[in-house]
Amino acid sequence: MPAAMFAIDLQHLSKSYGPVQAVQDVSLRVPPGELFGLIGPDGAGKTTLFRIMATLLLPDAGTAAVAGHDTRGGMRAIREVVGYMPGRFSLYPDLTVAENLDFFAALFRTTVRANYELIRDIYEPLAPFRDRRAGALSGGMKQKLALCCALIHKPEVLLLDEPTTGVDAVSRQEFWQVLGQLKARGITIMVSTPYMDEAARCERVALLQEGQVLRVDTPAALQAAYPVPLYAVRATGSLYPLLQSLRAYPATRTVYAFGEEAHLSLLPAATAAATTGTAEADLLGYLARAGHAQVQLRGLTPTIEDTFMELLGARPAATAPTAR
Amino acid sequence: MSGAATQLPGAVAGPVIRAEGLTKTFGAFTAVDAISFEVAAGEIFGFLGANGAGKTTAMRMLCGLLTPSGGVASVAGFDVGREPEAIKRRIGYMSQKFSLYDDLTVRENIRFYGGVYGLRTTEIRAKTEALLGRLGLAHERDALVGSLPLGWKQKLAFSVALLHDPAVVFLDEPTGGVDPITRRQFWDLLYEAAARGVTVFITTHYLDEAEYCDRVSIMVDGRMAALDTPAGLKQQFGAADMNEVFLQLARGAKNTE
Repeated sequence: MPAAMFAIDLQHLSKSYGPVQAVQDVSLRVPPGELFGLIGPDGAGKTTLFRIMATLLLPDAGTAAVAGHDTRGGMRAIREVVGYMPGRFSLYPDLTVAENLDFFAALFRTTVRANYELIRDIYEPLAPFRDRRAGALSGGMKQKLALCCALIHKPEVLLLDEPTTGVDAVSRQEFWQVLGQLKARGITIMVSTPYMDEAARCERVALLQEGQVLRVDTPAALQAAYPVPLYAVRATGSLYPLLQSLRAYPATRTVYAFGEEAHLSLLPAATAAATTGTAEADLLGYLARAGHAQVQLRGLTPTIEDTFMELLGARPAATAPTAR
Repeated sequence: MSGAATQLPGAVAGPVIRAEGLTKTFGAFTAVDAISFEVAAGEIFGFLGANGAGKTTAMRMLCGLLTPSGGVASVAGFDVGREPEAIKRRIGYMSQKFSLYDDLTVRENIRFYGGVYGLRTTEIRAKTEALLGRLGLAHERDALVGSLPLGWKQKLAFSVALLHDPAVVFLDEPTGGVDPITRRQFWDLLYEAAARGVTVFITTHYLDEAEYCDRVSIMVDGRMAALDTPAGLKQQFGAADMNEVFLQLARGAKNTE
């Protein structure tokens, strides 16, 4: 079989569950060896896409090919070469750590010993608990064991559905280091996450919302895609009063809380029609009159989260639903 | 809701949550190791920690669901060990996992929880109208909750948790899985509730959200390893953001999951 040009090739995929359109005309191509992210909130269609790629679900329309095999008819071939870690823990809770691993290796007619090298770094912290039942493991350890089981047959393509959801920041960081190591071995990785900061760790990402692809690009290109200048604003005291003042400012286009700062964009017309000097000076004057002390305003490189919110069709915050 | 603040019946003077040496052991394992802290009325208190640090156990004790092994704690003026039932009437609770019934309509959910909290029918009716108006959900009143977008469900679940005007609302990772705009709208609801005097006790894995809290505690191995304002913590740990503070503290943990 000739090497596939794309490890994953999705063309015009659609899938409905009754009246709910879970995936709508999604097309994505992932070359071999890429670390690709599906980024979006719950309900964006991430899990449905994984189930189609893992040959657990047939699309209503469109085609999906994984490792060169079409998911229609190629189920057996795909399952040989794909490792799939579902969002929900799906190992056997009544088997021990070692038994689960042996079981999954046996399913693929291999042994843990044969492919131990691939899982060594992930398995080592689990090794002291090898005789513990998987159901009795903590969340972080379950996640590590599930990844080991998905890797034990040395897959070409790894499908990871929200592996870091509900996992603390330390474990999340460790998990992404592991993904980097697996990528270095040439494994194609498709990973989904609702955490925008994790998008930056992928080579390319697809931003998804309600079953549709908003955009596919590299993290850098997504940041550069932000259409207008963006500012970070901070002042002494709580952020909330500052947000409220910025929302009430007539020239505000968008304003969102970002950690201890507010990210602000201004209406182009207001920028152009700035009467006294620059739009920045107008804004600083306004905030001072509103009683905010030590206001700092600086230009900002947008994050992927800024771009995502922009693509969500962010209306000016003054008309956001909660402010109605 | 209009600017008229809802007066909390029987508002407590002094701290709304007070823990002194609060401890919980399971056999030889100390899940919560003598934590002491106070939370003021109307404060947004971030309760952070790695998986396995003891957050859930501590929160269950404060909600009157688990009896402490040692130390004392009071919530809304009632002792968690001796008066857990009184506490349950004075707190609201919401988590990502447990909130509303998908197979009931918006109005039915509100009526059900109003009944659970012991509100009178007339009270429930008035509160339902106010709540639907505030959330912009008036047209969805007869829609099944299961058909609402996740973001709306979470806003509704939070409002329902406040239906009986609790002194404290406990939020266990309320914003998991929602889109970034809805996540921020949810925080607006928290700010509004806090401004009305409701104490907000919240856990989250989004460390940018830790910045929105008035004060943040970080648990490591059952102990409260840090407690201060976000600005104070960043200064104390020489960190640029809360993510860095968290990583510095949690990396040293023994009870990692």
